[in-house]
Amino acid sequence: MDLLRFSTAGSVDDGKSTLIGRLLYDSKAIFEDQLQAVEQASAARGDATVDLALLTDGLRAEREQGITIDVAYRYTATPRRKFIIADTPGHIQYTRNMVTGASTAELAIILVDARKGVLTQSKRHSFIASLLQIPHIVVAVNKMDLVGYSEARFHEIVAEYRAFAAKLNVRDVVYIPISALHGDNIVSQSANMPWYNGTTLLHHLETVNIGAGRNIVDFRLPIQYVIRASNADGRDFRGFAGQIVSGRIALGEEVVALPTGIRSRVAGIHRGEESYERAQVGDSIVVTLEDEIDVSRGDMLVRVRNLPHSSNQIDATLCWMSEGPMNCRGNGPGGDFAAHFTPGNWYWLQHSTRRVRASVQELNYRIDVDTMHRQDAQTLQLNEIGRAHIVTTEPLFFDAYQINRATGSFILMDPHTNNTVAAGMIRDRARRVSEIVQTRERSRSRPALAASRSSDVVWEPVAVTRPMREEINGHAAAVLWFTGLSGSGKSTIAKALEQRLYRLGVRTFSLDGDNVRHGLNSDLGFSAEARQENIRRVAEVAKLAYEHGNIVLCTFISPYIADRDAARALVAASDPERGGQGADRAGAVGEPTGPFWEVYVKCDLEVCKGRDPKGLYARAARGEIPNFTGVSAPYEEPTRPDLVLETDRYSADEIAQQILDELVQAGIVASS
Amino acid sequence: MDDVTLGAEAVQDIEESPLHAARDDAAHGLPAPLVGHLRQLESEAIYVLREVAAQFERPCMLFSGGKDSIVCAHLASKAFAPGRIPFPLLHIDTGHNFPETLLFRDQLIQELGVRLLVRSVQDSIDAGRVQEEPGLNPSRNKLQTVTLLDALAELRIDAAIGGGRRDEEKARAKERFFSHRDAFGQWNPKNQRPELWNLFNGRKLDNEHFRVFPISNWTELDIWQYIAEQRIELPSLYFAHEREVVRRDGVLLAVGIHVTPQAGETVSCEKVRFRTIGDMTCTGAVLSAAGSLAAIIEEVATARITERGDRADDRRSEAAMEDRKRLGYF
Repeated sequence: MDLLRFSTAGSVDDGKSTLIGRLLYDSKAIFEDQLQAVEQASAARGDATVDLALLTDGLRAEREQGITIDVAYRYTATPRRKFIIADTPGHIQYTRNMVTGASTAELAIILVDARKGVLTQSKRHSFIASLLQIPHIVVAVNKMDLVGYSEARFHEIVAEYRAFAAKLNVRDVVYIPISALHGDNIVSQSANMPWYNGTTLLHHLETVNIGAGRNIVDFRLPIQYVIRASNADGRDFRGFAGQIVSGRIALGEEVVALPTGIRSRVAGIHRGEESYERAQVGDSIVVTLEDEIDVSRGDMLVRVRNLPHSSNQIDATLCWMSEGPMNCRGNGPGGDFAAHFTPGNWYWLQHSTRRVRASVQELNYRIDVDTMHRQDAQTLQLNEIGRAHIVTTEPLFFDAYQINRATGSFILMDPHTNNTVAAGMIRDRARRVSEIVQTRERSRSRPALAASRSSDVVWEPVAVTRPMREEINGHAAAVLWFTGLSGSGKSTIAKALEQRLYRLGVRTFSLDGDNVRHGLNSDLGFSAEARQENIRRVAEVAKLAYEHGNIVLCTFISPYIADRDAARALVAASDPERGGQGADRAGAVGEPTGPFWEVYVKCDLEVCKGRDPKGLYARAARGEIPNFTGVSAPYEEPTRPDLVLETDRYSADEIAQQILDELVQAGIVASS
Repeated sequence: MDDVTLGAEAVQDIEESPLHAARDDAAHGLPAPLVGHLRQLESEAIYVLREVAAQFERPCMLFSGGKDSIVCAHLASKAFAPGRIPFPLLHIDTGHNFPETLLFRDQLIQELGVRLLVRSVQDSIDAGRVQEEPGLNPSRNKLQTVTLLDALAELRIDAAIGGGRRDEEKARAKERFFSHRDAFGQWNPKNQRPELWNLFNGRKLDNEHFRVFPISNWTELDIWQYIAEQRIELPSLYFAHEREVVRRDGVLLAVGIHVTPQAGETVSCEKVRFRTIGDMTCTGAVLSAAGSLAAIIEEVATARITERGDRADDRRSEAAMEDRKRLGYF
């Protein structure tokens, strides 16, 4: 029998307690005396029906107010699997409890009321689930009985959630129409919904692949405790106790101890009196080594060829859990390091078994958990989530949370109250623009001349190179290529962004589709060939401006994938050192990696038609403009854009800020 | 109040019952390696126990002689093997124990090579710290909280490990692994520290302490399956045996020196066993023919009443456990 930990979030109104009560009851995990006690309590309260929430809400205050406040853990089992349910509240003032419950979950049940659709609360739970990297999501569309078990309504909600989830980092979403009250599709297939052929909730919980959230590749053994004893033969036993948080290890394998960097081999793997040849993620073991080396609590054993990051500068997402606000230095880069650790300015940071002092140097932004918008903020208050730059007194050995939940997570503790004040998820090593520019300059010591077209034309070496310009500018150069339908908002966003960049002292250069056609490209029409030439010329100009250290904003409908890829290749060729270029680049959607960003300004065609700022759609519809994109000419959507902007959902200002945040994150622009 | 390392308690009450439970199978040697959920639960508990040893200066493990305590002691011996358990066991003796419990305790102590500390409720009564409840066969359940807190203060214990499980009771479902107690030993359920991933915050002020529950995530069935898999020996009380019982307030109590039948009560001899072991005055027996671990697991898996359903101490009010825990109960 294996073990699945899952979380639920919500309140009585959502039917969460009914659902849990149903799961427990149907799997016979509710006992008669518990049910009897609940019946008595309901009767004493004068309730007409038995309130199953009384089973789950354990504290006096919760029962009095009819709400869930704290995380409660429930247990049930079927012959196939044991379940640990982290039952959490759903209201925004208990975000920290939701985060707590989600931290150990492998699956999250998101409840949606079939009558109400995807509300803010469901979105909040989904966002937290994606933030905490819960690998499996179940969207339980509840109260189907109250919408007449309508198939159309179910699909409407699925479509609604899918559109929303596109913005989240979730891997596996399963949709199940249920009625917790009547037991439809909980344990057995509902006779009321013959149109639904998918899995029932319990069947899914019993069969969903466990371990997707576990990293089985990167061996990491944080040392908890050193065990010393005398062996039967009188020799000293010195073993290193800990739980393998990821990967696996076997006898005889070479390991390296961090931070000392000393290598040895595994001589023994023990658990109690038993000895093993190998052990894996999740096992609490004692390891002995062939050589006598110095290892103590807080150190980590890893493989020689698979090392974690090591840094005392951490870029992390923080969830603030304390009544008092976050203490943030906010003095930007280059401050006096020791000044971060004056009294009242620091926290204890617990990462795996390592405890160090830490200070929040800078808050990049706050994230609204309901809208996922990034907001400018100086500090974080209780239940707020944001992204911060943290400095520690000693280096941590970590992996990104996305890759390894165990070595990518930490908590902050107040040194005075001793309370746990924040949960942190490490994104990366924190880096600064100056660092990036230096690194790139080093890597560019080779002559970079990859893009000469014809052997007759010799490229004239420049006296002032781009890295020199970038250094004096204080920001890196980049090309932001905005593509999208006419009326989608490309120019509006680019203008808003350019104003922000100007205020930050960033050098910009803008190329607009309409404007270049008045001069440089006035000889070109709108056939596919002419469009191709149009983009080629613009890309060449963009490249020159890029080479002069600018952030280049190009706003072109550029409807063809091939043309946009050509523009990307042109810029990439001028900077082969910066990773992730070319059509097969490595970065995922929404994670720009190189100097050329394909920014997809996504907007529904009907919305664009409705906007029609220049009256072009109307004219195209009357047949006055041939080859009009979206009407009489195709638009090929980007397959792997670096950024996707949804202008029918957010304002131009919000989007401009979002792009700016991304530029800061990518190390192109220093944060303000 | 001495440190007891060897059992010297009187055993005259014990009848013919075998001291240690007969094993289900005759095979000896090491048990088979654990797989699945038990392996994970064991790893988790061992991790928590090692965190206690690493984060605190003077931890102890509360020991009641019940199966959960015995499993915890077994886990501790595994967590620190081949070394010894680096903290003592502390038994708060109500004076109302089953004699079998004490005898078993002393044998276990010897096997584990661990130090045992005993503090007794009778001493607290004699010192005037608490008053015995009036009436016949009074319960000392509430009184032991005072003895416990006094002992923790006297021994300057900074972390007391307990065998509490979240599935036992609704207030316990909200417990943390590392549960903070203020200077008065009180639990504040509405303001508990968030506990994320497996990162445990054991920081506290000097006069505060922690209660730590390494088997929080185990259910009664998990405990029994683990006992069977690991071939852990238990007091005979857990297995079905003939015993004189009296029915009081719907609970079957074992007749003995601490429970004497009152007028109108009839004593009968029944085949019973105990699902939990606490004081004789409040631990109810269940009618059962389960004489082996396999039979008990079968019984537990199909039980329709919680194990604490037979505990008179939990039935006093809807929030009885929460109220006692706030004051510093186990």
